Amino acid sequence: MVLETNNTEKKADSTGPGTKLLKGEFLNYQRIWLISFVLTAAFAIMPVIFFAVLDYNLTRRSLENDAEARASRLASNTWRSLSFFLDERKNALSYVVRFNSFEQLGNTQQLANILDFLHQSFGGFTDIGIIDATGVQRAYAGPHGLAGKNYKDQQWFKDTISHGTSVSDVFLGFRNVPHISIALRHMAPDNTYFIIRATIEHQLPKILSEVKTSGNGDAFLINAKGVLQTPSHYFGDVLEKTNIALPPAMAQTRTMTITLENGQDMIAAFRHIPNTSFILVVLKSKQVIMSPWHDSQVALIKYLGISISVILLWIWAVTGYFVRRLKILDRNRHKYFHMAEYENKMASIGRLAAGVAHEINNPLAIINEKAGLIKDMVYFKQELKRDPRLLEIVDVILASVKRCSRITRQLLSFGRQTQTVPVPLTLKTVLDEVLVFLVKEAQLKNIFIDIDVPDTLPQVIGNPGKLQQIFLNIINNAFAAMPRDGRLSISAQKTDEPFVRLNISDSGCGIPPENLNHIFEPFFSTKTNQGGTGLGLSITYGLVQELGGRIEAKSKINEGTTFIIYLPTTTTQKEG
Amino acid sequence: MQILLVDDEKELVSTLAERLGYRGIDAHWAVTPNDAVAMLSEQSYDIAVLDVQMPEMNGFELKERMEAISPELKFIFMTGHGSEECYHEGCSQTGEAFYLVKPVEIDSLIEKLNQVMHNGGKP
Repeated sequence: MVLETNNTEKKADSTGPGTKLLKGEFLNYQRIWLISFVLTAAFAIMPVIFFAVLDYNLTRRSLENDAEARASRLASNTWRSLSFFLDERKNALSYVVRFNSFEQLGNTQQLANILDFLHQSFGGFTDIGIIDATGVQRAYAGPHGLAGKNYKDQQWFKDTISHGTSVSDVFLGFRNVPHISIALRHMAPDNTYFIIRATIEHQLPKILSEVKTSGNGDAFLINAKGVLQTPSHYFGDVLEKTNIALPPAMAQTRTMTITLENGQDMIAAFRHIPNTSFILVVLKSKQVIMSPWHDSQVALIKYLGISISVILLWIWAVTGYFVRRLKILDRNRHKYFHMAEYENKMASIGRLAAGVAHEINNPLAIINEKAGLIKDMVYFKQELKRDPRLLEIVDVILASVKRCSRITRQLLSFGRQTQTVPVPLTLKTVLDEVLVFLVKEAQLKNIFIDIDVPDTLPQVIGNPGKLQQIFLNIINNAFAAMPRDGRLSISAQKTDEPFVRLNISDSGCGIPPENLNHIFEPFFSTKTNQGGTGLGLSITYGLVQELGGRIEAKSKINEGTTFIIYLPTTTTQKEG
Repeated sequence: MQILLVDDEKELVSTLAERLGYRGIDAHWAVTPNDAVAMLSEQSYDIAVLDVQMPEMNGFELKERMEAISPELKFIFMTGHGSEECYHEGCSQTGEAFYLVKPVEIDSLIEKLNQVMHNGGKP
């Protein structure tokens, strides 16, 4: 009746495949761990990644800006050299026309002399011609004999008349050498004008080649139509057509990124050379310029990877630690909650038992007295002595009353034993009280109970209710482990220490060694499918500890299990 | 020896009184504390056997009232109740020797009565 215990889980499945911890009533620790890990990791790593990306972009932009500035500066310098070259030739021609009259220049011999002088002083002058306002070449010095030719409809002629000067696109001369021509309009004091025009061997590639030599760069001239005016490393030889998209205005140096046909990115700087159709293009390989940045980025990503790994490891360890702590605390909370619940239940049962006993006791007392009275009447009144059966019947009634009253007394004593104050107890008495409840079951299962508890044993200190629970739990477990015809041995000895050692052995199926270390853990059960909660033995363990004792278990498969309980004796308390 | 039995179970006290009568002990009985007090003012008794748990007042309260009327009166308690507090209170007030748990054996009651008479009644 009052002996419902949950702790029959220890020995059911000796192989233990059904061994598992109850999970349903606990928090989902895996989920808690995952959430805390992911959230903490996200908040820890986000700023790191943010700053890494920021640094990546800022460094790249600043390096790109730097590279563009360098390309731009180079373009400006080259532009100055080219302008200077052209201006020098223009100034030479200007000098010639200023200090020679139209008539002097019209003299072919004189013109040949000037050509010779120019060629020697500046180099590259191939021919020279004087064209009057109508476009007719009045004089010519040079290899081609172009005197008398009319240039009236030529574009360069129109340009020279309107702008005062013009530099032609590159063209191949008769010797298949690239040339450019420079034309200059000269105003006479009488407002008449003529034009001097000179063809110069193309010397600009020489200037540009000095630029090209640095790194993977390229520098060349193209005209507005995209035709190469000097050879290009990437776009081909002179006069080849390119498909470079030119920026709209190039009075100042403009830079932009262009992609070559082979996929290479180049930083391009453009500058228009004034009074010519030439556009200077300076190319710098982005890859080469950015390579130090790439190297530093590789290092940065490495460090980033290492720091993220370290952060993740740390968070993994810390969250793991806390979730494990949480798990332990949660389990302990459950354990104490169940223990409190269990004690409450036992106290309620105790009160119930006492109440029942009291209620039964009163009518029992009346039966007792009335039967006693009948007996007295038979004894004291002679006329009733004749029927001997009357007394026999009364004796049976009295014997039954005695039996009932023994049970109610035990119930009353059970009720009393829910008290919390530790008192000296005789081990044998407590054991007997517990066995009263178990004798019936032992008889049904034909279990032989062998008790060897000497009367000379010192009294133990404890709470009788708790001690009863301990014995009930363990003996119930033992019964569950034994099928039929088992043997339960209970023996107690005095030890050298102020403890009594109690051995409770069964001849049951035993506990596998891998489970033996876990049987006192809360929620460890091999019988979860049979309604075991895994609390019985852990409660027993807790109770033994509360009494100041300790409990151990030894087991052999198919031979049985022995629980050894050490309980403090009265001498312990005196010493303590 | 004059005995007064007080218990709210009339069948119990009347039977006990009758059985004591068979054994030559003059026992009267009452089923309420008030009746008992009234009886005590009319006649003197040597020993009062009181049930602890009664509807109007418990046995210990009744003991005080009866002692006020008859200081020489000695007491034995009976109880059908085993609650912890009651048991301890009963034992501490009377000593276990004068405290009987129901059902009461007639012989042990007589033994206690004699004990109380000859030991002067106070534990």
